[in-house]
Amino acid sequence: MSVKLRQALAIAAACLLVVGVMAAAGIAVWRDLSPEERDAIEPILNPRLGLLFMIAMVGAGAAAVLMKSFAQDHLLGPSLLADELGLIVGTDPSRRLKPGSSPELTRIAESVNALADQRRSLQEDVETRIREARLSVEEERNRLAALMSELNQSVVVCNLDGRILLYNNRARLQFRALSDAPTAAGGGEIIGLGRSIYAVFERSLIVHALESIQERIRRQSAQPMANFVTTTRAGQLLRVQMAPVMSSGADDTEPTVSGFVLMLDNITRNFETETKRDQMLHTLTEGSRSSLANLRAAAEMLEYPDLDAELKERFLSVVRDEVQGLSKRLDETANEFADSLKTRWPLDEMLGADLVAAAQRRIEKKLELRTKVEDVDPEVWVKVDSFSLLQAVGYLVSRLSDEFEVREVRLRLTSAGRLVHLDLIWSGQAMSTETVMAWELEPMTFAGESSPLTVRDVIERHDGEIWLQREKTQHRAFFRLLLPSAAPQDQVEAGIFLKGESRPEYYDFDLFKQTEVSRALDDRLLSELTFTVFDTETTGLNPSEGDEIIQIGATRIVNGKLLRSESFDQLVDPLRELPEASTKIHGITPEMLVGQPPMAKVLPAFHAFAEDTVLVAHNAAFDMRFLQLKEDSTGIRFSQPVLDTLLLSAVIHPAQESHRLEAISERMGVNIMGRHTAMGDAIVTGEVFLRMIPLLAEMGIRTLGEARQASEKTYYARVKY
Amino acid sequence: MTKKILIADDEQNIVISLEFLMKREGFAVCIAHDGQEALDKARSEAPDLILLDVMMPRKNGYEVCQEIRAEATLQATRILMLTAKGRETEVTKGLAMGADAYMTKPFSTKELVAKVKSLLDVAA
Repeated sequence: MSVKLRQALAIAAACLLVVGVMAAAGIAVWRDLSPEERDAIEPILNPRLGLLFMIAMVGAGAAAVLMKSFAQDHLLGPSLLADELGLIVGTDPSRRLKPGSSPELTRIAESVNALADQRRSLQEDVETRIREARLSVEEERNRLAALMSELNQSVVVCNLDGRILLYNNRARLQFRALSDAPTAAGGGEIIGLGRSIYAVFERSLIVHALESIQERIRRQSAQPMANFVTTTRAGQLLRVQMAPVMSSGADDTEPTVSGFVLMLDNITRNFETETKRDQMLHTLTEGSRSSLANLRAAAEMLEYPDLDAELKERFLSVVRDEVQGLSKRLDETANEFADSLKTRWPLDEMLGADLVAAAQRRIEKKLELRTKVEDVDPEVWVKVDSFSLLQAVGYLVSRLSDEFEVREVRLRLTSAGRLVHLDLIWSGQAMSTETVMAWELEPMTFAGESSPLTVRDVIERHDGEIWLQREKTQHRAFFRLLLPSAAPQDQVEAGIFLKGESRPEYYDFDLFKQTEVSRALDDRLLSELTFTVFDTETTGLNPSEGDEIIQIGATRIVNGKLLRSESFDQLVDPLRELPEASTKIHGITPEMLVGQPPMAKVLPAFHAFAEDTVLVAHNAAFDMRFLQLKEDSTGIRFSQPVLDTLLLSAVIHPAQESHRLEAISERMGVNIMGRHTAMGDAIVTGEVFLRMIPLLAEMGIRTLGEARQASEKTYYARVKY
Repeated sequence: MTKKILIADDEQNIVISLEFLMKREGFAVCIAHDGQEALDKARSEAPDLILLDVMMPRKNGYEVCQEIRAEATLQATRILMLTAKGRETEVTKGLAMGADAYMTKPFSTKELVAKVKSLLDVAA
């Protein structure tokens, strides 16, 4: 019953009550009178009935007015207060109650307001703490990811289903080297968050390693690790070390294995070097045995006193011949294996410029001397033990500063074939060779650091040399350190890092919680599926009339996150001419397609990239048609489920007229960048799709199956290509 | 009766010395320069002992050894393997193929003579 109605009823009741009471009083008095009295009063009252009625009406009216003001206070007031309170609880916690219509209500309102204040501050407190906790977790994870990306070793972390939840940049590069696909996926079809490690390693191999780890854990081994060596599809040799990831079980339960860490080493090159070294040993031992046998036999024959001149000459010629042969072989081996014969101190390959920068920092910080860089070849890579080498440089500078009052040093790094010159230059007098010798041979001590090594030791570790050289004309001198150079390394890392906005999305620990779901894809939640969002650029709109794909761009959504760093971006040679009109749309010119792989090469890589995922595209029917027309010629079938953001948009906003990608992304508040490249559109589509998932959920569309059903019912689904 | 020795080695530089040495010790000597020739000479010359090198063209020493041991008429022929392969596994293989003795290069000629004589039961 509404408040108004109740108010009206109360007022009516009050009126009725007054009238009723008056009427009842009249009737009671009337019934009490004797007939004579009635007869006497009747003529007096009869003409005044109107007045009596008026009095009753006035009484009723007064009651109504009184009742109304009472109801206002005690019915409407509390009701309004209740409504307001509902708003505070439900929607707007910052709202406060106004003072009520009665002192009692005002007191209630004040107390409620105080309660609301308390609740608000508690909520804020909780939120701050959650935010802080989240930040610190995020920070820790970022730190871990940063640390991992710096590691010189490939690391991949998987959950027990073999799904990858973390990998570092080194691993990415390594898998790129293993990938036999064209450049596009860059190993991304093998390694990626949520992808299966079994694409790289035999399942049985991993299972076996896990079993032996479990066994070791049971035996309480201090280091429950497993090692194996395996060959990849591309014929590379990988040495793999596996360590378990233990999840600390609740309370007293034993920690269980919840995943594993793989540390990978490509030992193909090491293996080749070792094979070479074996060969060398072989030629030196067995190869020499024969010659030595010949020599020894001939020499022993020469000892016989009864040899005639001719025989003597024959044995001597054997000796000469064999000695010559042996010397030659020795020279050849020494040359060929010069590299492997060096003492093998573990040296790291680093960019020369980085080494110089590190030396500068060290000199400036530890010795407080000015430094300048004179000439550094940016292309040069060196092979050094940077710690001891920097120590040596610092030590030399400290002696220059202590004994010759040098206040500024300059550094120079130049390439010299297989070697690199690192020069430490200063202005002024050069010291004597004896002094230099002494410096070289004394253990290095400076700025509170002391090392048992001498400069000579350090130089020998590098199989290098050091000498003092004078530039008389410029009144300068320098120490030249001769160091081994290294082959330049892949520097794509920087590029990869720049691609993502803040940090590379190389980890997703939430995947730990996921286990292989046996449910059919259709029953799985959209929020937990892995998607490949893609777009294509084509020569035209009619695949059945010979139009072809010229670009595929794709990115992945794992666990509700768009992974921009795991992308597929490939131009395709359509093997036909490219209409000029189409260039206006996608900006791809015929020149850009020269030398690009044809569809027959790209499709298998894209298929691998999209494996085990749900495909998402805007106006997917169009792109799928192009892919389907290639099924017969390539034998590659995209049989996974497909979702279309155009259809989903029609599901969410049936009243909207336009479902073009631009229109949708504007509605959804997605920034459009780089549209009309396949990659750009794929990213926009992915962002749009991510924002659609919660909107669909509000409509009760949560699973893949529901999304597909809803899509099929829209009008747009009937358009055919 | 003079015992006959077949020297089978493709390296002329060792053959010269071995030939001189064996002749000097009073043996009759014939020579083969590869595995096949060694097998042929073993049949035609019926030597009492073969100094057999392992690494030879056409047929290696192991093969020669095995084929000789397979022929009934050549059972009495003693075989002394000479080889640059010094590993134990190779010694074992040589003996398994039917060699009577095995010497690793470089060897002492005096020891070789002693070994030959002991294999042929000739007084030193």
